[in-house]
Amino acid sequence: MSYFKKSPWLLHYDGSSCNGCDIEVLACLTPLYDIERFGIINTGNPKHADILLITGGVNEQNADIIKNLYDQMPDPKVVVAVGICATSGGVFAECYNILGGIDKVIPVDVYVMGCAARPEAIIDGVVKALSILEEKYTTMKQEKVA
Amino acid sequence: MEKAEEKRHTIVPFGPQHPVLPEPLHFDFVLEDEKVVDVIPSIGYIHRGLEILVQKREFTEYVYVAERICGICSFIHGMGYCEAIEEIMKISVPERAKYLRLIWSELSRVHSHLLWLGLAADAFGFENLFMQAWRARELVLDIIEETTGGRVIFGACKIGGVRKDITDESLKTMVTVIDGMYKDVRTICDVFLNDSSVKERLCGIGILSREDAYSLGAVGPMLRASGVSYDTRKLGYGAFGDIDFDIVTETAGDCYARCAVRVHEIFQSFHIIKQAISKIPGGPISVKVTGAPNGEAMVRYEQPRGEVIYYVKANGTKFLTRFRARTPTFANIPAMIQALKGCDFADVANIVLTIDPCISCTER
Repeated sequence: MSYFKKSPWLLHYDGSSCNGCDIEVLACLTPLYDIERFGIINTGNPKHADILLITGGVNEQNADIIKNLYDQMPDPKVVVAVGICATSGGVFAECYNILGGIDKVIPVDVYVMGCAARPEAIIDGVVKALSILEEKYTTMKQEKVA
Repeated sequence: MEKAEEKRHTIVPFGPQHPVLPEPLHFDFVLEDEKVVDVIPSIGYIHRGLEILVQKREFTEYVYVAERICGICSFIHGMGYCEAIEEIMKISVPERAKYLRLIWSELSRVHSHLLWLGLAADAFGFENLFMQAWRARELVLDIIEETTGGRVIFGACKIGGVRKDITDESLKTMVTVIDGMYKDVRTICDVFLNDSSVKERLCGIGILSREDAYSLGAVGPMLRASGVSYDTRKLGYGAFGDIDFDIVTETAGDCYARCAVRVHEIFQSFHIIKQAISKIPGGPISVKVTGAPNGEAMVRYEQPRGEVIYYVKANGTKFLTRFRARTPTFANIPAMIQALKGCDFADVANIVLTIDPCISCTER
């Protein structure tokens, strides 16, 4: 953790979650949990983001949007799937409009468990994502040299 | 002539991924210079189709799904579903369970309103106030976590009563915590109500007249801020019949009035919780449920965002035929579009937020 120690920015997108995980993601940004101490800022612009944080499963209508957001983010990037819905569809897995977890449309690096995922778990997931981001950055650099 | 008119209009898309709203909702704003002339909403980004699950899960299990209609007002969704089934099966819930349900539903109202105050502050660009409101909200979540075990999804309600009891000691601590919060929340709310820069952003913005609010079927704080005194809690469901409170109303119908209604409701909820704690009877917290429901029921409750309607139809088996929830945000969308017409584009975020949109509720 050297390069990304400074300020990895985060993009949050609500797939089709029940809001439970979303408000916990927001709670992470506020004084009690304060994810900003890692230099993380919640940005609204995918072109500024390093981490894509997705809550909720994929449905017919938002599959393209998730793909679009992911494609707009510059490399290296990591994806964190927050909550059981983002992992596998969870309690809604049998619903007719749910295709499944986020990994149906984009590659996921870290899965955070819980329904709703607790802020501690989300922070843990994001910190794990940071080291993956660092790894990706190093490989990218090496590939460039080679 | 027509062509020239079309030319002046610009269409600006808003969402589904937008910094102001954490939830996906798409609008096309038709602008004439900076003025909004028309708004075309499109929804469906978060639709899961969970109502159909009622045919795949046993009716006792479905409480968990009902709670997950929305994570912010989760408790009342679970409670509404349970009470609809109880009405069909003619189960009388023990008094203590009714009071516990009331306490948890009011706690979730406080947490939802504080959450909204924070998001509203974020929308008009007062970041510090956003952080303060959410810091205060954590105190409510602590009470909820201590009594139910969950922070946002409680899982405390079941058909026939509640799953967990609150000890008298915990109830006493709750009163102390609420008394302690009172001053803290008052300070934050005073900024919302009295700060000149906040007033600049909210007063006279997004006006919804009394007639419009009523005829467009607005509910909850949106309706009450336009001067209509209507609160489903006054129907006296659950233990609300024994509770004494006045309906909070404002007359201006603008963003400031909607903010004021919610601020006053926070203190009203504190008052209701304390009243309920002083009146709570002893006894069992649940009754045994046997058999399966047969028939149909429709119930109405007051959520933080307004009136919610649940309809349940059962056929005598373990699986229900139909479950339907008409949620408050859905009812408020026509009124919001009315309030948006003619506003400045810079005020759009404020007006959209003052209905307290909950898209997961709306689309289920």
